[in-house]
Amino acid sequence: MSNMTTDITPTMEAVGPDETGTDQTLQSRSRLWQGIFWGALLAFLAAAPFFLYPVFVMQLLCFALFAAAFNLLIGFTGLLSFGHAAFFGGAAYVAGHALKVWGFPPLLGLAAGTLFAAALGWLVGSLAIRRQGIYFAMITLALAQIVYFFALQMPFTGGEDGLQGVPRGHLLGLISLNAPLAMYYFVAGVFLVAFLMIYRIIHSPFGQVLQAIRENEPRALSLGYNVDRFKLLAFVLSAALAGLAGSTKALVFQFASLTDAHWQMSGEVILMTLLGGMGTIFGPVVGAFIVVALQHALSGIGSWVQVVIGGTFIACVLLFRRGVVGELARILRINSL
Amino acid sequence: MDPLLRLILAQGMLGLNNGVFYAMLSLGLAVIFGLLNVVNFAHGALYMLGAFLALILYSYLGIWIGISSFSIGFWPSLILVPVLVACFGMLIERFMLRRLYKLDPIYSLLLTFGVTLVLQGLFINFFNASGTPYPGMPESLRGVVNLGFMMFPKYRLFVILFSIVVCFVVWYVIERTRIGSRLRAGTENPELVKAFGINVPLMVMLTFGFGTGLAGLAGVLAAPIYSVSPLMGANLIIVIFAVVVIGGMGSIAGAVVTGFALGLVEGMTKVFYAPAANTVIFLLMVIVLLVRPNGLFGRSS
Repeated sequence: MSNMTTDITPTMEAVGPDETGTDQTLQSRSRLWQGIFWGALLAFLAAAPFFLYPVFVMQLLCFALFAAAFNLLIGFTGLLSFGHAAFFGGAAYVAGHALKVWGFPPLLGLAAGTLFAAALGWLVGSLAIRRQGIYFAMITLALAQIVYFFALQMPFTGGEDGLQGVPRGHLLGLISLNAPLAMYYFVAGVFLVAFLMIYRIIHSPFGQVLQAIRENEPRALSLGYNVDRFKLLAFVLSAALAGLAGSTKALVFQFASLTDAHWQMSGEVILMTLLGGMGTIFGPVVGAFIVVALQHALSGIGSWVQVVIGGTFIACVLLFRRGVVGELARILRINSL
Repeated sequence: MDPLLRLILAQGMLGLNNGVFYAMLSLGLAVIFGLLNVVNFAHGALYMLGAFLALILYSYLGIWIGISSFSIGFWPSLILVPVLVACFGMLIERFMLRRLYKLDPIYSLLLTFGVTLVLQGLFINFFNASGTPYPGMPESLRGVVNLGFMMFPKYRLFVILFSIVVCFVVWYVIERTRIGSRLRAGTENPELVKAFGINVPLMVMLTFGFGTGLAGLAGVLAAPIYSVSPLMGANLIIVIFAVVVIGGMGSIAGAVVTGFALGLVEGMTKVFYAPAANTVIFLLMVIVLLVRPNGLFGRSS
């Protein structure tokens, strides 16, 4: 099984210092481009509702956060979870229920969904890390299917109809989130905080250990790291952030539905990450943007969307495994973007 | 006869009927995984493709070519469809999967996932998502058989017996014949087998075709029982993955036995606690993972 954890992220096989100058110029160039991307992201977040339909942008941000959370696992730990829809969709139901039936204020509702996803992530993660590689993927998929059946059969989820009429409420009891702009900047704020958190995790010593596990698990083990604990913690963090994304989506659209928990959603988030670039910082955001925009643009042609999405998947795997941002980083000759 | 016993036997037969499909599909997956180290996510979609090809050959082909009386019935389909699906599988192997063998097996899982989406999307477009019945069940298999405890459809009995024979033949060929031993040697050490002058890439392609052909065969067999719909493989594939985790992908016999057994377990759950019938296989998977992470028949990795 030793070959199963290698070569997940071609992005990182990096440009050797000899062909691009010293390590230092490489690093400063990386930093410059990262700065440019951060600037572009912030400018986009601030200005987007004035030239794009706000609900579209909010949907985009929810999926971008979902993909970024997923990327924490596959891109930086080397674990392919095929069941992340369970955290996204499950948290959407819990947050929706807390907001609607228990009358939670918006922030507490999001927290409830996130906590639920973290707990579920701990359960799923501690089972799934017993096996590696594709077995890991199959186990997460099967466990996510249990969550899907719960969503289908439990009395509070509304079955096929989903959980509808989730109220947006008042932020801190003051600002009504029914105003489109207020809602938008709230969602943008949630996204930004979570994205910064992911950035911090990646660049912390903890994140370095995760990457060491991704590169060579036996070596990390022999260095004395408790690999299983690191993997589990990464899984829980990723699940919780995916849950935050799902809860936010429930708040934005005011409903939670079965689609969010279906395995095809798990596939879509993989596509977003793969298309943008696994193991890159901004890749998942770019990937989510492309996929969501594609779905909007093609919504008129019915199920052909699925064919296009599937085709994109195949093309990504066969032709550009680095993804858009990964390829860009290669062209710019920098090692992280 | 005691009504509870009667119910148990009846659900047991229906469970066995589902188990047949679990067994055939996980068998195909095991054969492909054994030689290629590929988890074929498209297996469910190829099963769906098999059912649709049978339906098309029977109901639509005549209309498409302009001779409305022309149709290919069940028996010819039983041979023709698996061959067609196998050819399709070999095309996927030759032009897509072959480029990915040197990489992490996760990429081939993702590729076959993409293939699944494309197939599903195409069939939803051209046929109704809700499903169409297959009218071509042969006259000789219509009607019911009295099993003593229930009247069981003749066709379903045929499917159970036929599949047991198919599974046995596949097991025999792989474990007991010269072709099978070459195949198994190819999984152990492709370089060495190549040195003996065996065309390994061709063997891999044929094996993939054979595995997908089995999925196609299961599809034809399923067509007269379940309604033929684009999503018929979508949820099945995840159950099959759970079957594979429970059985452990080490052995061919393991895949078959686990498949049949889990069909029965599912049937029994319907008797005693129906709401759990959908999830019982996944719950079993959890228990097996806790007790024997390599699966019931798996060799330790």
